[in-house]
Amino acid sequence: MNNQAWENFNSGNWQEEIDVRNFILTNYTPYEGNEEFLSVPTERTKMLLKKLNHLLELEKEFGGVLDIDTQTVSSLKNYSPGYLNKEIEIIVGLQTDRPLKRGVNPFGGVNMTRKACEAYGYKLSDKIENEFRYRTTHNEGVFRVYNDQIKAARHSGIITGLPDAYGRGRIIGDYRRVALYGVDKLIAEKEKDKALVGERNMDADNIRLLEELYQQITFLGYLKDMAFTYGYDISKPALTAREAVQWLYFAYLAAIKEQNGAAMSLGRVSTFLDIYFERDLKAGVITEQQAQEIFDDFVMKLRMARQLRTPGYNELFAGDPMWITEAIGGMAEDGRTLVTKSSFRILHTLYNLGPSAEPNLTILWSSQLPQSFKRYVAKVSCDTAAIQYENDDLMRPEFGDDYAIACCVSAMKIGKDMQFFGARANLAKLLLMSLNGGRDEISGQQVAPLHTPYEGEYLEYDRVLPLINIYREWLAKTYVNAMNIIHYMHDKYAYEKTQMALHDTTVHRFMAFGIAGMSVLADSLSAIKYAKVKCIRDETGLIRDFEISGEYPAFGNDDDRVDDIAKEQISLFFEELKKTPAYKNAEHTLSILTITSNVVYGRMTGTTPDGRKAGEPFAPGANPMHNREKNGALASLNSVAKLPYNLCKDGISNTFTIVPQALGHNKEEQYTNLTAILDGYFMQKAHHINVNVLNKETLMDAYNNPDKYPNLTIRVSGYAVNFHRLSKKQQLEVISRTFHEAL
Amino acid sequence: MKGRIHSLQSLGAVDGPGIRYVIFMQGCTLRCAYCHNPDTWAVTSGEEYSVDELLTKILRYKPYFAVNGGVTVSGGEPLLQWPFIAELFRRLHEEGIHTCLDTAGVGDLDGAREVLLLTDLVLCDLKFSDEAAYLHYCQGDMNTVISFLKLTESLGVPLWIRHVVVPKLTDSKENILTISSIAAQFSNLQKLQLLPFKKICINKYNAMGLHFPLSDYDECPDSSIEKLSKLAEDYLATVIKAERSKTMTVL
Repeated sequence: MNNQAWENFNSGNWQEEIDVRNFILTNYTPYEGNEEFLSVPTERTKMLLKKLNHLLELEKEFGGVLDIDTQTVSSLKNYSPGYLNKEIEIIVGLQTDRPLKRGVNPFGGVNMTRKACEAYGYKLSDKIENEFRYRTTHNEGVFRVYNDQIKAARHSGIITGLPDAYGRGRIIGDYRRVALYGVDKLIAEKEKDKALVGERNMDADNIRLLEELYQQITFLGYLKDMAFTYGYDISKPALTAREAVQWLYFAYLAAIKEQNGAAMSLGRVSTFLDIYFERDLKAGVITEQQAQEIFDDFVMKLRMARQLRTPGYNELFAGDPMWITEAIGGMAEDGRTLVTKSSFRILHTLYNLGPSAEPNLTILWSSQLPQSFKRYVAKVSCDTAAIQYENDDLMRPEFGDDYAIACCVSAMKIGKDMQFFGARANLAKLLLMSLNGGRDEISGQQVAPLHTPYEGEYLEYDRVLPLINIYREWLAKTYVNAMNIIHYMHDKYAYEKTQMALHDTTVHRFMAFGIAGMSVLADSLSAIKYAKVKCIRDETGLIRDFEISGEYPAFGNDDDRVDDIAKEQISLFFEELKKTPAYKNAEHTLSILTITSNVVYGRMTGTTPDGRKAGEPFAPGANPMHNREKNGALASLNSVAKLPYNLCKDGISNTFTIVPQALGHNKEEQYTNLTAILDGYFMQKAHHINVNVLNKETLMDAYNNPDKYPNLTIRVSGYAVNFHRLSKKQQLEVISRTFHEAL
Repeated sequence: MKGRIHSLQSLGAVDGPGIRYVIFMQGCTLRCAYCHNPDTWAVTSGEEYSVDELLTKILRYKPYFAVNGGVTVSGGEPLLQWPFIAELFRRLHEEGIHTCLDTAGVGDLDGAREVLLLTDLVLCDLKFSDEAAYLHYCQGDMNTVISFLKLTESLGVPLWIRHVVVPKLTDSKENILTISSIAAQFSNLQKLQLLPFKKICINKYNAMGLHFPLSDYDECPDSSIEKLSKLAEDYLATVIKAERSKTMTVL
């Protein structure tokens, strides 16, 4: 039946069952050459881009949101087709009926939707308000069940950013399946699975799975209907490269229409698509210029993806990110590189369309990558500061060679794994709460269970640790239980039907916990151990300040005395989390990633024993605190590289900023040296790095003269962001970070 | 044996080829007008390290050295502590690590010889093109620098000559051509590097209560460096025999 669609493809297991990885490995063409084959943008692309850039400017002028449809609930079939320019678009499909117009998605919580509309001068329509009067949202479900402890922990900010009022996201549908098999085949497979599950005993798990399968099948049908409104029948497999991109994009589009999840990754599509491009190029059906044109068009669509969020959400995750993360490169388990010409093509959109934060282009780095590709991506980093790197040699043994990255740093096997995302716990605040007998150091309120506070004038390491042990147990248990409630309710009221339809029916689940304030905690404990830290108490006995005398080794200097403290605290927290079972028997994982919430977390945390004053931001992710690195950039990288990935399988984020002049005397030297840095860092089993090659002066100038740098893109914790979409406060925080310079 | 060290920089990418661990030695006898590390002058300050202590630190960075990186010893003037440097370089060679000496080429020639025997690359600052300027702006003797350069040649150690371009002081075409002609005399020359004068060091001077002698001079723009590098490159190409010029570059 698929004779034409699969013509000239090598046969394999992928023809017997849903097995995209097998299709890729049996059909792709590794590319070890350089970037010289790439094409510049066509006139058509430039025309379309001009219109898009104009709309982006308008959106900025309108305060960040161009328009909101307050009458329609976002879903697959609820909008008539929308276009950027119907006559000349090659890849079509928008989330609503007009470009950059945002839909409302109240399934996560109608309160958030209402507030988001109001923040931009709109009012959620009575129609939707009425409809949701008779519906339970995810948010309502969660708050029906939260106990007082969880509410108090949440309120104090020791756990922040929980997805209890917004879509959890972090689930990656295998959008490639739609292109390779067509929707009808996927429906047929799900029907078969459903029949088999139907024969099992009807316990709660099986009943729920059956209902989920029913919803998956329904939404696969909606996916076909949605594509049909654009004039495409995607029930059958894609016939050409352009169709493959279009089919795949429709599947992704359906997912972001249905869900306003916090991070909605694309997956790992470029090498898959390359097989179609190679076939068409060989057959002479398209030229290189047309191949690039399709990628340019596809990426323009991705750059238009939007969700409606509240200002509070933007504080945690600044810059309106979608995390349309695309994993590029890496190695196959058989030793071949997974770099193809299309790996270059998708990166080349940063030149053809200009730098941009989305999609979140992520290089899967291996020491074995072709040199020409290493050089090219180093060049892209130096030119655009828009890409990030993750260690394929570290992840491949764990996740195989067909994994993708959810959000910033979370690896998952595509279509086989899913995760329950869960914000992060503030370990710097945990320390302060432990010293204060469970009271919040800012409000003075009793948040955690009562215990005798730290007694004595000076902090002694051996007396502080047992107190942390007591409160860590409380925090971990509270955190896991909150997550269990959240994900139970999300499944119940805002289940990801489209995305889960693009997974195997039986999936492996992770529950992804997180840590904020890691370097503050490590430095604080180091100060307590190696310097002298005196407590300053207020009239109620609350420890609110510290006096530090003497020096202490700070995280980021490749000094084991403090780096070992960091490792130990991470390990203790992870072990404690595992003691409380996770919902649906999910596997506990941990990340050290803050996004931009390091600013908010800092604001909610009192003065810490490392010398950080109350309210000051934490360092992002696993970064050392600013200006405490005394031995240069590589010492800082070495400290981060020591953090144990086997305990932090959800990722360890590090952001590295260097001025171009410190990387070499000329461009070519800069590319070579950046490559050497990446090789050296990842060889030591480091997990992730954001690379910014830019001058502090450029950012200062951009801060003062926004109009001069409309497209200035920088990497923050795990994603890229347009500098101007950050608040002024966040911009200053970025500027205050360590810029590695030559001496 | 201990060495006096001003500071350590784990990421050096501009002092020799590739990624380099840079050791800034304490102490210098010159007083160059454009010196950007006046805090390295005093011979009695700094922190003391043994070769073992330093080597332990350096080995942590071996993964970054790739094919052409390694260790650069700079300063201050590293040759003032030549016994320590010689021992360090010997140990680095045992570890298969590339050694680079960043020097002004002053000091004890016998000591320099000991170090050069263990040096894979010399970066030597040729600060001015005549004796009078050397004395006036650096309080140094140009002849000792030339003697040092001759020694590197006789020992066959690859050589990069570096020269700081200060607008209105050393940025004339004549000066660059003279510097090029001196550099061209040495058969071991691999590269002539023109470095732009910068004034970020002014804060250091202020903090130390010192006057920065070139505070009234402008920083050198990249465009001048490009132009003058081209000039030097053309010159070297014409005076140096064809087979040698293949391996020559000017940056």
